[in-house]
Amino acid sequence: MTDRDTVLGRVRAALTDVPADENPEHVPVPRDHSSHAGTDLIALFVERVTDYRAHVVEATAATAAEAVAGLLTAHGLRTLVVPPEFPEELLPQGPWQQLTEPLSVAELEAAEGVLTTCAVAIAVTGTLVLDAGPGQGRRALTLLPDYHLCIVRADQIVDDVPDAIALLDPGRPLTFVSGPSATSDIELDRVEGVHGPRTLDVLVIRRTVAKG
Amino acid sequence: MSPDNVVWLGSPGFPEAARTALADPQLRRNLRKATTTIRDKRLAATAELDDWEQLREAGAALKRRTLRHLDTHLLRLEDSVTRAGGVVHWAADAAEANRIVTELVRATGESEVVKVKSMATQEIGLNEALAEAGIRAYETDLAELIVQLGADRPSHILVPAIHRNRAEIREIFVRRMAEWGRPAPEGLTDEPRALAEAARLHLREKFLRARVAVSGANFAIAETGTVGVVESEGNGRMCLTLPETLITVMGIEKVLPQWQDLEVFLQLLPRSSTGERMNPYTSTWRGVTPGDGPQAFHLVLLDNGRTATLADTVGRQALGCIRCSACLNVCPVYERTGGHAYGYVYPGPIGAILTPQLVGVEHADTLPFASTLCGACYDACPVKINIPEVLTHLRAKAVEAKRAGRRTPTAEALAMKAATSVLTSPRRFAAAQKAAALGGHLIARRGVIGPLPGPLHGWTDARDTPAPPRESFRGWWQRTHPQPPQGDQ
Repeated sequence: MTDRDTVLGRVRAALTDVPADENPEHVPVPRDHSSHAGTDLIALFVERVTDYRAHVVEATAATAAEAVAGLLTAHGLRTLVVPPEFPEELLPQGPWQQLTEPLSVAELEAAEGVLTTCAVAIAVTGTLVLDAGPGQGRRALTLLPDYHLCIVRADQIVDDVPDAIALLDPGRPLTFVSGPSATSDIELDRVEGVHGPRTLDVLVIRRTVAKG
Repeated sequence: MSPDNVVWLGSPGFPEAARTALADPQLRRNLRKATTTIRDKRLAATAELDDWEQLREAGAALKRRTLRHLDTHLLRLEDSVTRAGGVVHWAADAAEANRIVTELVRATGESEVVKVKSMATQEIGLNEALAEAGIRAYETDLAELIVQLGADRPSHILVPAIHRNRAEIREIFVRRMAEWGRPAPEGLTDEPRALAEAARLHLREKFLRARVAVSGANFAIAETGTVGVVESEGNGRMCLTLPETLITVMGIEKVLPQWQDLEVFLQLLPRSSTGERMNPYTSTWRGVTPGDGPQAFHLVLLDNGRTATLADTVGRQALGCIRCSACLNVCPVYERTGGHAYGYVYPGPIGAILTPQLVGVEHADTLPFASTLCGACYDACPVKINIPEVLTHLRAKAVEAKRAGRRTPTAEALAMKAATSVLTSPRRFAAAQKAAALGGHLIARRGVIGPLPGPLHGWTDARDTPAPPRESFRGWWQRTHPQPPQGDQ
């Protein structure tokens, strides 16, 4: 008998109290929990991301490229990873050298920063979700460089975790990012940046002029 | 479970181990500071959600749904992972799981692996098994690194080095890092930031050269084959993304039926464990993705006592545990004794019900008693595991197991028998009260009965007993409320 048969046999033997005609859907799951977002999703998202010590800047479509340049310049980047299909109009020229895929692990490790878009952002938790889609690249790109600038279009911000789960494709490799890498292992003092990027900047692009 | 695979199992038993822990004032200070901090954070994070109770209900119901149809979900998971290019293995026990992982690593030709913190691999003693096969396993979670370098044992599910303060951690890094790779930087201080930086540099070289990683899983979705790891530091992402081969060891109870179910657990877990709205990083993947991450993925489904737990209709609920460790941080017993006293990888209240079920109650018979039954753990549990209920259920089993192994009745059994006889007769009860009032005052000092000799020491060693009052309530009532004579009295 294989271990597979052994384990499945034991599971079935352990569940003799479950009626034979019961199926998983017969076990009720209350789903009356609700969204925890208010009305101004963008403001909530900005507040929550900032709370995780990410630096947030807001812009409009017209000023976005300039804002990206400002952030990259302020950080003094010399090398910048730009994933495939990153939107051209958001890519400013500057003193930094742009690195494009394919990149080796050594090249990624040597790169100072990475610039990406995201798939979805969650207001209540201040979370960015990357799904390796256009402008995001494979997972390692947002892991090895020490600086990550992520661009969020306002229409990508959803209320809460359930809204994001409903939109995301479980078949893609997903990375949920809530603030920069952090640890609380030493006397529960939070320290940013153990292994992932130590600095996370977020640029939120509103469709029109920023509301008051 | 063979002793080879269990690194530490309940020896010494909890009462003895707890006494040692209680005598260590540094340990108690470290624990009190840590548990108090994390308790306050959790309360703030859960209070933000006005429907926290509904979320807990949903979490509990989803776990019930999963466990009652575990075979269905496991088969579905196997199918969806396989279709996505992963390979699924089944392990009935620790030895089998260790054999599978060792062979998978050997097949890659590598002699070292990087590891994401995982309770399942600790439970099976994987690092020790790999070491025997000549494979070095590097723990990459900061706290696990501290524990590994210190040749120590984890003492908390979430923050395994909770029992160490910054000065102790600095000392471990300075003394031991060089033996495992890059030495600690010159002039290392005990600032958390400096210590984290030292760990970053030490581990980075391992991440960059590792070709095989071993992880656990927080969940795996039967419907889609998606596997996930929830973490903070990014060491998980390093292990899950950079190596060519990924081996994930997962307890069979970690399966979830549907992708949508994550909406509940991704709200419950971070808020309950670290008191955050969301943990910094969550990674999910399905099988292998060409050009992104490992190109070989193995999922090992581990039983190792879980099916025995599943067979107990009361104890089964312990398998709903999502390893948030909220129950540890609110437990008055854990706060004073720490995790090592529990003698196994799962400490605290959840450990007190999980361990005896996984290894057999006769091998961990002191653990169901390592609790005051105050119920704080039940209140804190995000999936509403009724830990006090399971504790009392297991206490009964432990007493039965003990009785089965002994011919002569225990002092406990004799005392209970005597008490039954006294309590069922008003006459004997009144006589016993009079005797107690007299006897109690003979042995009490300043109104308190201290340690007693003989079989009663089990009760009196751990607590003072107030001396019985000179007059019982029944006696006082009869004296002060003379009854008019009535019919048959």
